[in-house]
Amino acid sequence: MHDHAQAAQHAAPTGFIRKYVFSLDHKVIGKQYYGLGLLAVLIGMVLSWLMRIHLVWPNTPIPGLGLLSKTGAPGGVMTPEYYLQLMTMHGTLMVFFVLTNVPFAGFGNYFLPIQIGAEDMAFPRFNMMSFWTTFVAFLVLMAAFFVGDGPPLAGWTAYAPLSAVGADSGPGEAVGQTLWAISIAIFCIGQLLGSLNFIATTLDLRTKGMTLARMPVSTWAWFITSCIGLLAFAVLLPACLLLILDRVAGTSFFIPANLVVSDHLQPHSGGSPLLWQHLFWFFGHPEVYIAILPAMGIISHVLITSMRRPLLSHRVVIACMMSIGFLSYMVWGHHMFVSGMNPASSLAFSFPTLIITIPATILTLIWLGSLYGSRLQITAASLFSLGFISMFVSGGVSGFFLAQPSIDIYLHATYFVVGHFHMVMGVAAIFGMFAGTYFWFPKMTGRMMSEKLGKLHFWLTLVGTYCIFMPFHYLGLAGNVRRYSSFVDDFMKPLMPVHKFMTIAALLTGAAQLIFLYNLIHSRFRGAPASANPWEATSLEWTTASPPPVDNFGGKHPVVYHDPYQYSVEGAAKDYIMQDSPEPAAD
Amino acid sequence: MGKFFAITIVIIALASAVPIVRHTWAPPQNISVHGSAIDDQMSETMVEAGFSFLAAQFVLAVLVWKFSSRPRDAKVTKFPGGAKGLVIAALILVGSEILALGILGQKAWASVYFTPPAANAIPVQVQAGQFAFYFRYPGPDGKFGPLHPEKIDEANQNFFGVDVDHDPESKDDIVTAELAIPVNRDVHLLMHSKDLGHSFYVRELRIQQDFVPGLDLSLHFTATKTGKYEIVCTQLCGLGHYNMKAYLEVMPQENFDKWLAQQAALQ
Repeated sequence: MHDHAQAAQHAAPTGFIRKYVFSLDHKVIGKQYYGLGLLAVLIGMVLSWLMRIHLVWPNTPIPGLGLLSKTGAPGGVMTPEYYLQLMTMHGTLMVFFVLTNVPFAGFGNYFLPIQIGAEDMAFPRFNMMSFWTTFVAFLVLMAAFFVGDGPPLAGWTAYAPLSAVGADSGPGEAVGQTLWAISIAIFCIGQLLGSLNFIATTLDLRTKGMTLARMPVSTWAWFITSCIGLLAFAVLLPACLLLILDRVAGTSFFIPANLVVSDHLQPHSGGSPLLWQHLFWFFGHPEVYIAILPAMGIISHVLITSMRRPLLSHRVVIACMMSIGFLSYMVWGHHMFVSGMNPASSLAFSFPTLIITIPATILTLIWLGSLYGSRLQITAASLFSLGFISMFVSGGVSGFFLAQPSIDIYLHATYFVVGHFHMVMGVAAIFGMFAGTYFWFPKMTGRMMSEKLGKLHFWLTLVGTYCIFMPFHYLGLAGNVRRYSSFVDDFMKPLMPVHKFMTIAALLTGAAQLIFLYNLIHSRFRGAPASANPWEATSLEWTTASPPPVDNFGGKHPVVYHDPYQYSVEGAAKDYIMQDSPEPAAD
Repeated sequence: MGKFFAITIVIIALASAVPIVRHTWAPPQNISVHGSAIDDQMSETMVEAGFSFLAAQFVLAVLVWKFSSRPRDAKVTKFPGGAKGLVIAALILVGSEILALGILGQKAWASVYFTPPAANAIPVQVQAGQFAFYFRYPGPDGKFGPLHPEKIDEANQNFFGVDVDHDPESKDDIVTAELAIPVNRDVHLLMHSKDLGHSFYVRELRIQQDFVPGLDLSLHFTATKTGKYEIVCTQLCGLGHYNMKAYLEVMPQENFDKWLAQQAALQ
C-alpha cells in the first residue's frame, strides 16, 4: 500500500480535448467506455430486431435496410447470407463492446479508484490508451459494414476454416472477416492494457486503512475480472494474429490439407480447425465470467445498500468469485463436446463445469440468505439487482444440462444454448449495468434519475426479457437449430408461432429501452440535484462530492477505519457508518 | 412494490414451467439404442434443474415480499445458520447432484463413444460439403476406394473425388444423397468434410457430431424404428447452412437390400 504522494496525480485539464476527448481522468474514461457500450448496444439491439423480423416475416421489406446494403438486402429484404452477417456483428458487438466494456471497463474505471481512495488509476496514460485502442477496434469492426460484400458471416466465434480460407467460403469472408480479426486483435490490446492497470491500481493505490479485505465487493469483482481478462485476452490476441496470417499471408495454422471450397482446392496444408476452437474457447469461456462477475459485484454492492445490511459473509462471496474465476480456465472444452476432440476429454471438461455450480449456488444462497431479516428498500437499482438474481438462476439451471456431454449431444447448437447464454451472460449482465446506472448516476452526474421511469423500465424489461428468452429453451428442446436464416426443415416449421411470439416480445422490450434512454439523457440535464450520498451508503465513493472533483477527494486523503458495509450497527447514531468515519463499528 | 415483484416472479416461474411439465415442446420419440440413456439423463436433470429453478424463484419472491418496505426502525436480523450453514447446504446438495449426474452421465456418453461398432455393422462413408451431405456404401467388396480431393467434380457427379478408372475398390462403391439403413442393425458412419466445418444432427437418433476438415471421425448407432427422418447441419458453414439437409430412411433389412441394389444399378 502506498502513500498518496506516489499516486498518479494530474491537474485539472482546461481545454476541451484534454478534458473530454483524450482525457487522463479515469472518470471521463469510464464514461467514454460506457458511452461506447451504449452506442454498441443500440446497434446490436437493432441488428437483433432485424434478424428476428427476418426470421418470422422473411419476405417483408424492412424500410431503410436496403440502404445499409444493396446486395445484402435488395429492396429491404434480407438474403440468407446477410442474416448471418448481421448475426456475426450482433454477437461481436454485444460480447466484446457491450458486455466487456460496460460492467468491467466502464463502471470499473469510474469507481474502482474511488472505492479504494485513490486519485486515479496507476497508469493514467495507459488508461487513456486502452480506451482509444478499444475505440479504434470499434471503428475497424464497423468498417466491415461498408466494405466489399459486407461483414463476415462466420459468427462471433469465427470458426476456422470458414473464417480462414477467404472469399471462397462465402460473402463477407473476404475483407469483412479480415477486418473482424484485426478489430478483435486491437480490442485484446486495449483489454490487456486495461486489465494490467486495474490490477496495479488495486494492489498499489489503496488508501490508508484500505486493506484488501476492506475493499467493497464491487472492487473485488473488478479486480478478479481483470486477472481473468489478463490471461484470457492474452490467448485470444495471438489466436487472432494467427487467423490474420492464415488469411493474408498464406499460412496454415487453422487450415488442413485437401480442402475443396467452392470448387477450389485450397493451397493450404497442416493446420488444425480444432486448434482455433481450443484457443478461442480458452478465451471464450472466461469471457463469460468477464461479463458476469462485475455484474455480480455491482448488484451485491447495490443490494447491500438497499437491504441496509452487509451480505452474510463478505469473505465467502469473494472466495466464490475467485473460485469461479479459477474454474473458468478449466472448462472451455464444454463448448466442444461434439467437436470431434477426444471423447475422453469431454468427461474431463464436464466435471469442472458441473463443479462451477457450487460457488454459483453459494453466491445465490448468500444473496437470498442476506435478504432474510433485511430492511429492503425498493428502488430501480435494487429491482434490477433482484432481477439479476432471478435471471442468473434461470440462465444458470440450463447450464446444468449443457455441462453434461451426453445431453449436449441433443442440445448442442440448438436454441437451448442461445437461451442459456443470453439469459445468464446477456440479460443478467445487462441487469447489472442497469442496476449500476440507476445507483451511481447521481454520483457520476450530480443529478438523480427518475425513479418512476426507472421502475417502469424495470417491469417492462423483466417481463419482456423472460418472454423473449425463456421460449428459446423450449425451441431447443424441440431441436430447433440455431444460426439458421430460415426454418425450412419439416420439424421446425411448426415452431413458427413461438418465433413470432419472441419477435414481438423483442420489439416491445427493445422499445421499452427508449424509456431508459430518455431517463438517462433527460436526467443528465434536468434531473433533481443529487446530494453527495443520496442512498445513505457507506463506501468511499459516497464520501466525496457528486460528481467527484478531478482528484476524486478534493485534495483530502481518505482514511479507512472499517469493513465496507457498516449498516444497522447497534448503538450507532444512524443506520450506517461511513467507511472513513472513525466512529466505532462492528468489525 | 416488493409484493408486486414477488407476485411477478412467481407468475413468471410458474408460466415458464408449464410447457416443460406439459411436454408442449419436447424431443421427438427416441429411435436409437443408446438414446434412451440420454433421455433418462435429460429427464433426471430436468427434475433437479426444475426443482432448483422453482425453489430459488419462490424463495426470492417470499423474501422480497416479507422484507421489503419494512419501517425504518425495524430491526435487521441475521439469517439463522449464517453463511456457514448455506455453504454446507450448497456443498452437500449440489455436490451430491453433481456426483450423481456426473457418474450417470458418463454411462450414456460411453455408450455412444467408448463402445466399438458391432462386427456386422454396416459401414457408410458420409461426406459433408457446402451445402449437402453425400453417402457412400462400399459395395460387394466391402471396401471403400481411396479419395482424391483434386478429382472432386460436382458437375459430373463425382462428389467424393473417386477414381473408378484406376482404383478397382471404387468401382462397386455406391454414392447416394439419402442415407438408408436397416433397422435394428449397427451402422458405422465414417465421417469427413470436403470443405469446412459441418455437423450431422438427427434429433430422433440423439446423435450430433461435427465434421472437422482434416479429421476422419466415426460414429456408430443402431436405429430401432423404421421411418423417414431429417438429417440437418448444425455447424455454421456459410450462406446455405439453413438449407443443408438430407433424409435418413430406416427400413427393414430386405427393403434395404433392395434399395441398395437399385442404387447400385443407378451408378
